[in-house]
Amino acid sequence: MRPETLRDGTVDVAVVGAGPAGLAAAAVALLGGLTVALVDAGQELGGQFWRRPPEGSAVDPGDDLHHDLATYRSLAGTVRSAARDGRCRLLPGHHVWTAVAPPATAPGERPQGPLPLHLLDRSSGPGRERTLRLDARHVVLATGAYDRPLPFPGWDLPGVYTAGGLQALLKGGGVRAGSRVVVGGTGPFLLPVATGLAARGASVVVCEANDPRRWACGAGAALGLPGKLVEGAGYAAALVRHRVPVLLRHAVTAAHGTDRVEAVTISRLDASGGIVPGSDRRVEADAVGTGWGFVPQLDLAVTLGADLVASWDGNRVVRVDEWQRTSVPGLSAAGEVCGVGGAQLAVREGQLAAEGVLRDLGRPSVTGERGLARVRGAVARHRRFAAAMAHAHPVPEGWTAWVDDATTVCRCEEVCAGQVRRAVADGAVGVRQVKQLTRAGMGWCQGRMCAPAVAGLAGPGEGEVAERLVATPVPLGALARGNGSPPHTLSRPAPEEKV
Amino acid sequence: MTSFRLDGRPVPFVPGQTLGAALVAAGRTSWRTTRNEGRPRGIFCGIGVCFDCLLTVDGVPDQRACQVLATEDLEVGTQEGERRAP
Repeated sequence: MRPETLRDGTVDVAVVGAGPAGLAAAAVALLGGLTVALVDAGQELGGQFWRRPPEGSAVDPGDDLHHDLATYRSLAGTVRSAARDGRCRLLPGHHVWTAVAPPATAPGERPQGPLPLHLLDRSSGPGRERTLRLDARHVVLATGAYDRPLPFPGWDLPGVYTAGGLQALLKGGGVRAGSRVVVGGTGPFLLPVATGLAARGASVVVCEANDPRRWACGAGAALGLPGKLVEGAGYAAALVRHRVPVLLRHAVTAAHGTDRVEAVTISRLDASGGIVPGSDRRVEADAVGTGWGFVPQLDLAVTLGADLVASWDGNRVVRVDEWQRTSVPGLSAAGEVCGVGGAQLAVREGQLAAEGVLRDLGRPSVTGERGLARVRGAVARHRRFAAAMAHAHPVPEGWTAWVDDATTVCRCEEVCAGQVRRAVADGAVGVRQVKQLTRAGMGWCQGRMCAPAVAGLAGPGEGEVAERLVATPVPLGALARGNGSPPHTLSRPAPEEKV
Repeated sequence: MTSFRLDGRPVPFVPGQTLGAALVAAGRTSWRTTRNEGRPRGIFCGIGVCFDCLLTVDGVPDQRACQVLATEDLEVGTQEGERRAP
């Protein structure tokens, strides 16, 4: 297999992920005069936060479901205009399935030559995937995060989604997944999911596992960010307007149905997250959303050998310096992979990442010295806010008691909690050992859905960030087809989206 | 109304929707059964991470319904288990 190389296609910056962080990094790098390739597995710019139907589609764009679309339009406009000029290559429908960092000559020193990214092009549809190689002098990882689900009896019934899944159907497809919806878990993300569905006519109940009094400790951080308070007040008003009850210290502890969800059990939680005896009640539901915060998408960062650190929410995240540079020369990271903190933080980190690249190349700053000081101030405030948020919305300790032995934990390999518990009783410690004994985490999703649950049932263990050298399944046929296709130049005029 | 076919029967869609979004909009919540226990599955994560929503597209198995855009001429099929190892 010899993958295709873009002829003259070594770009100054490859940005992986076109969400808030990636869009900002790409836009600032372009404004600074660099050539950019912007890669995203999705069909459209915006990532999960600004998920939109594809351009020109007949789906309701759902502008009322979004926040700060002005920033999206400005960043996307910069990127699209540069794509028309041939300075930016937009690669939607492309997934970076692996990358190999060239060896540095000395520790901390820049390696010789560009960093090759291996892409899988899915833009032509099933059965027509191709592989190609993209060489970049700098890479900005902005791969975002996905929902952290926790299992409960019945969570594998159709009609139970992650909270983000409900939101993706609504924002990307204009589809309301149910008319009686229960959204449960913890964290502020449950609120836009609930209000969005309610705005489209669903009857919605929110179960928030934590107690907002925890917020008292984080109020100082919130006060530093008046925008966040306004956003929160906006959700509160929308919840009242749409008559969405928010049940505090409650959780969805079971889903019921045969071929699809028909009802859920909602339970009151005690201070440690245990079910208050006698508090269970059954509520009819045709759709359920579950979300317990987010897990950063670290596959490429780990594959490339970037150092990780513990984040405010207990996740491992990429360690970056004041210019968002990772421990790997030529590799920067921005957004949720550096700590889950929301879109506004991600945009600013993306901006700093691009500024760092410009600086390393001896180019003038786009943002300017005073602008950069403001960005850094905002980054510090948003990180404090994110830490306060994580403190207020932990996964309740007692959640494992809701999970009986018959509950599926690994959805792909159909491993139940009893098997995991038996493995632990037999001496297995941590996700890796449980995986070896039970196959939990060995299936299609490679543990992305079950690892948080297995960690909860089996204890932390060693080196718990999974190494996934292949970040997405690659058809063997696509590898074989990789060398037969004509190369493309970066300066080729539109439509350059088609590689 | 534009439509694709699922096991030969038309499913309407709005251009720009994924197969999964169109199926959910049509009231369909599952289109795959699991390999071991034969349990029904449809969309779970909705963003391409969980691989629960697999189906067959123009004869190619194991495609994620939440990632493939619906088009008029697609022949989509329900799936039993997984046709191919990851």
